[in-house]
Amino acid sequence: MTAYIIRRLLYAVPIALGVSIVCFALVYIAPGDPLQTLLPEDASAETIAMVRKAYGFDKPIPVQYLIWLGKVVTGDFGMSIATGRPVLGEIVKALGNTVLLAAGAVLIAFTLAFILGTIAGYRVGTPTDRAVTGFAVIGVSVPNYWLGIVLIIIFAVELNVLPATGMGPRGSDTFNLFDWNHFRYLLMPMVTLSLIPIGIIARTTRSAVAEVLNQDFVETLRAKGLMEWEILLHVLKNALPQVLAVMGLQFGYLMGGSILVETIFTWPGSGFLLNKAILTRDLPVLQGTILVLAIIFVATNLVIDLLQTAVDPRLKRG
Amino acid sequence: MSMETSAPLVSVTDLNVKFVSRESTVNAVNDVNLTVNHGEVLCIIGESGSGKSVSMRALMRLLPERRTKITGKLEVDGQDVLALKGKELSAFRGGKAAMIFQEPMTALDPVFTIGNQIAETVCRHEGCSKEDGLARALELLELVKVPSAARRLKAYPHELSGGLRQRAMIALALSCRPKLLLADEPTTALDATVQIQVLILMRKLQQEMGMGMIFVTHDLGVAAEIADRVAVMYAGRIVESGTVQEVLTDPKHPYTKGMLSSTVHGNMRGKDIEAIPGSPPDLRSLPTGCSFAPRCPKADDGCRGQLPPEVTLGPGRIARCLKLDDAPPAAKPERETALA
Ligand SMILES: Nc1ncnc2c1ncn2[C@@H]1O[C@H](COP(=O)(O)OP(=O)(O)OP(=O)(O)O)[C@@H](O)[C@H]1O
Ligand SMILES: [Mg+2]
Repeated sequence: MTAYIIRRLLYAVPIALGVSIVCFALVYIAPGDPLQTLLPEDASAETIAMVRKAYGFDKPIPVQYLIWLGKVVTGDFGMSIATGRPVLGEIVKALGNTVLLAAGAVLIAFTLAFILGTIAGYRVGTPTDRAVTGFAVIGVSVPNYWLGIVLIIIFAVELNVLPATGMGPRGSDTFNLFDWNHFRYLLMPMVTLSLIPIGIIARTTRSAVAEVLNQDFVETLRAKGLMEWEILLHVLKNALPQVLAVMGLQFGYLMGGSILVETIFTWPGSGFLLNKAILTRDLPVLQGTILVLAIIFVATNLVIDLLQTAVDPRLKRG
Repeated sequence: MSMETSAPLVSVTDLNVKFVSRESTVNAVNDVNLTVNHGEVLCIIGESGSGKSVSMRALMRLLPERRTKITGKLEVDGQDVLALKGKELSAFRGGKAAMIFQEPMTALDPVFTIGNQIAETVCRHEGCSKEDGLARALELLELVKVPSAARRLKAYPHELSGGLRQRAMIALALSCRPKLLLADEPTTALDATVQIQVLILMRKLQQEMGMGMIFVTHDLGVAAEIADRVAVMYAGRIVESGTVQEVLTDPKHPYTKGMLSSTVHGNMRGKDIEAIPGSPPDLRSLPTGCSFAPRCPKADDGCRGQLPPEVTLGPGRIARCLKLDDAPPAAKPERETALA
């Protein structure tokens, strides 16, 4: 098992390098010159050349990449062009806010979807199943920014019970999860964000549970006298690897922060940061954020993979 | 080898099982009567689709309740099986009656160890601790002659061969000393040599533990090996039953005769029931008369017009046929050597 973990970690290295190349290449893929946003329109050629040099844009591309990579692995993502502050600090702050939001959405989505999916999988073809499946389809198909706007209209504008945007009352710098005055800001973005994962995970759980229930061994479990709830535990353990795979992907997406949802609710997370960076052509922030998110994604998949292996002995690899 | 006990261990009276769906009704089991005494082995033989597995599942109440209509009376050791609910049903399954399935590859939960699966059963029925359950599981694996049992206790099903898995299944089934063991073609999926070993083991354990057993098979050789009595099933009905000697050496029903004549000249062991011309009737629309009539060389309008009643030829010796009288006695000596 340890050997397997080490091997998987080594596999992750080329993936991470590939991702870093793509992030780096963004500078050249993106249309326009990032320096233009930085400089006044009438900047002289010397000023442009000076800034170009200061940002390292004058060297050959592979060299630029290696320099950039060398800094990145030590946590130096450069300075934000827009704010002039270190990129790492911006990312860490945004990521913290996203984690808060994503964790809430994950908690809601995974629990609810797992329960709904299990119930539906146990009753394939019944009205209960059809209701859950219908709900899941809606969850997947309704654009979440639309739901966000609808929620804002209902709860913020019409009923005026929840704040429409932001992350805490005016003037407060830190977010306190256990204070209702803060928590109410989290509520709508969290629900909005959980909609899609609920749909996807509920559907996966349903089909996984239904499939396991069709397997022969369930009859053996009945024949040996287990009660239905004990059989359910067996069924869930068998269905879990499949569900975990999808949960992992969703977790990765949620950690990336939804650009749309965070922007609608002006939740200062990683999606919001990305959006801002794109609008202001803040390439160092863009590069850094994408890289960190991609690494988180790779790491999540790694963890899920190991979890699956722990649950299903048939997957035990080397 | 039937023990003379006043009440039989299993008594099935007029069992009917229908699978009802919107499109059709499948008459899988029709008016089946069976008895099995304590310590006795009854073999049910019949071709594919004749309702053998459905009868076994009915006895364990394993059929899907929503789509199945079961009528008749099922009694095991004085308990009315069809009336069992909740905890009682749990205690019955695996406690009083246990079942072994055909496919050892898929019958065990792939994500739990063999030891845990056996221990779980023991704990459910005897309320012991997990350690005691595992200790008992080890004893059981040794009982069914699983080599290096202690290591196998921690193995997952996919790490064992088919033969070992089926032994583990047997250990699981025997874990709470059931009075009745239902074995649905437990050796069909195994290699020939392994098949014999498992068969001998089952016979030995059945005798040692004094269990009653219903053993379903396609294989006449297996039946000859293990059965005390034999019931022949055709299209959801028992068409003939008697002691293994009687049925295999002196068959009365044309179906049994046809089935035996196709195997009698060679070695019976390892042979499936060979094709009799034609195919069994559609269980969704059974003929009004004898279900075997369309394939029967002796059938006449009488056979097609009415369902033959059970004719009792002796104690426990029954055949469902209108043409029994013109059945010439079969040539005995050759077949008896095959059975010896
Ligand atoms: N759940 C079910 N729903 C509908 N029909 C069923 C169901 N289970 C079994 N049947 C039908 O009942 C009939 C009897 O099936 P059964 O499994 O008892 O046959 P069998 O004698 O065990 O055959 P085999 O030797 O192939 O195992 C078959 O025609 C089968 O298609
Ligand atoms: Mg069968």
